[in-house]
Amino acid sequence: MDFEFNENQLDLQKMVRELAEKEIGPRAKENDEKDVFPVDVFKMMADMGLTAIGVPESYGGPEATDIERMIAIEEIAKKDGAVATILAVHGMFVQALEKYGTEEQKQRFYPRIAEEGYYTAFALTEPCAGSDPASAKTTAVYDPATDEYVLNGNKCFITGGARADAILVFALTDPSLGAKGMSAFIVEKGMKGFSTGKIEDKMGIRCSETAELFFDDCRVPKANLVGQEGKGFGIAMNSLDGARIGVGAIALGLAEGALDESLSYIEQRVQFGKPISKLQGIQWYIADMATEIETAKWMVYHAAYLRTVGKPYTKEASMCKLHNSKVAREVTNLAMQIHGGYGYMKEYPVERMYRDAKITEIYEGTSEIQKVIIAKQVMSAAKK
Amino acid sequence: MKIVVCIKQVPDTTEVKLDPKTNTLIRDGVPSIINPDDKAGIEAALTLKEQLGGTVTVVCMGPPQADVALREALAMGCDDAILMSDRAFGGSDTYATAHVIAAGLKTLDYDLIITGRQAIDGDTAQVGPQIAEQLGIPQVSYAAEVKTAEDGAVVVKRQFEDRYQLLKVKTPCLITALSELAQPRYMTVSGIVNAYNKEVKVLTFEDVKNNLNPDFIGLKGSPTNVKQSFTKQVKGAGTVINVSADEAVKTIMDKLIEKHII
Repeated sequence: MDFEFNENQLDLQKMVRELAEKEIGPRAKENDEKDVFPVDVFKMMADMGLTAIGVPESYGGPEATDIERMIAIEEIAKKDGAVATILAVHGMFVQALEKYGTEEQKQRFYPRIAEEGYYTAFALTEPCAGSDPASAKTTAVYDPATDEYVLNGNKCFITGGARADAILVFALTDPSLGAKGMSAFIVEKGMKGFSTGKIEDKMGIRCSETAELFFDDCRVPKANLVGQEGKGFGIAMNSLDGARIGVGAIALGLAEGALDESLSYIEQRVQFGKPISKLQGIQWYIADMATEIETAKWMVYHAAYLRTVGKPYTKEASMCKLHNSKVAREVTNLAMQIHGGYGYMKEYPVERMYRDAKITEIYEGTSEIQKVIIAKQVMSAAKK
Repeated sequence: MKIVVCIKQVPDTTEVKLDPKTNTLIRDGVPSIINPDDKAGIEAALTLKEQLGGTVTVVCMGPPQADVALREALAMGCDDAILMSDRAFGGSDTYATAHVIAAGLKTLDYDLIITGRQAIDGDTAQVGPQIAEQLGIPQVSYAAEVKTAEDGAVVVKRQFEDRYQLLKVKTPCLITALSELAQPRYMTVSGIVNAYNKEVKVLTFEDVKNNLNPDFIGLKGSPTNVKQSFTKQVKGAGTVINVSADEAVKTIMDKLIEKHII
């Protein structure tokens, strides 16, 4: 067994850490307050090739796997959970295209992602279809006269939806079949009939710009159908499997960031005549936080490893998300407890980290949905 | 244009902590980085290469671990990397270091050599100018801006405390870079992969011995003797606010009132 990152991965970690410490961390407070998508940060990530991870080398992507992607997400999340979310969600489009996209779609979109800083998003959730995506209402009707699909309906809670250059949108091509009638389409910015609505006012990950999308007779060329008609639900589920490892990495990074802040604070804060780091009560919190973080780390990289080598990873991805999101919530909570009253103030980053952590138990499938998936996987394995 | 950038691997002094008992620097576990001025030099070289074509070779004298700094330079986009490493070079002061590096540079073909102004661990600002002297080429120190002229010469904006000098200098020449010269780019994901596919060429004493005088290198070839070293008093970073005098007074007053000092 090998638990070490290789030299490339260590260099990548160093590179992203530097970006996070010098550029992303210092902007995090302002981005959280302003609640506006950090265009400059996305461009920096694109210039460094981080947004191209997952694009195959033959289309201009870097030689990097899911493990490298997780390293990047983890390091960024240490400083800003919202930026890490933006990067992770962008990766869902990139990954779906690799597995299900046509050759023409790859040639059309991958070079833009690899070289032009193209930003992509993923749109499955609807106002009445969250944990139960098969109950979606958005439809896509094929028009043979123009060889286009006509989309009608709306999506909500779409990360970066109003900024994305292209979005993977799921719609029912045969509503009578439910999940089996769902198909996936690439909707591009500026397509007629496609518009965006309000940006949600959220508790955390504020600058990720969570948007509403509207499709009003939006005509999408057949060339933008991803995978076969009726296979969309499988594409969505597979994309979410991958995304859950990403959420695990975001949660891990948030927890690590909160521990880092705490370690520095306990040396500075003097009570009872000594730094609070000398108090055993505080030391126990630190021990608990560090231990939880250690478990979270291996859940991310084991799941990412399985995905990288092509082994089944659905169960491990769900476990990673379920466990790590809990770790993030608990560790950020302890970090705030350690900071006391100061931690509750926006002046200290743990207040933001605490707010950012909560979403990891909700998006890309709630903790309860993860348990449904895990139980199904475990029970079906037992029957074999 | 063939550009050579000389870099030094230094401890990240922003990460160095003081041992409160002995009042000395705790160097253990301190990460090593490319000296910031040198990194600005790399960026300037890469920018010139993008404008004019050519190559950027990066040279570093140091122990085998300095390989890491060179790989980072390759991952930023430099074409070749050379590590000058030999026990015979150990203990060199600025004069001996410049003598060794100049011997290495004599094996290369170059139009422009860029070094950082000074290293954050020694702060001497001597090695760059001494390399130019050893090679017998013109030099411009404290470069805040570099451009090329139509005749192939280099135009350098040289920074003083209170003014700038604009100098046109024929190539080959050497400039020493201020960190203001350029904001260094980050490595890229594919750059990192490529860096590991490239070879860092190692030059030892044997490889350059015909270009140097063995009496002028290493500890015994170093004319400088360190008499005493001490740690600078640590000061907080402070906050710089660039505003008019009136606003500055108001800002300071507001801060003092906010903190209940007045």
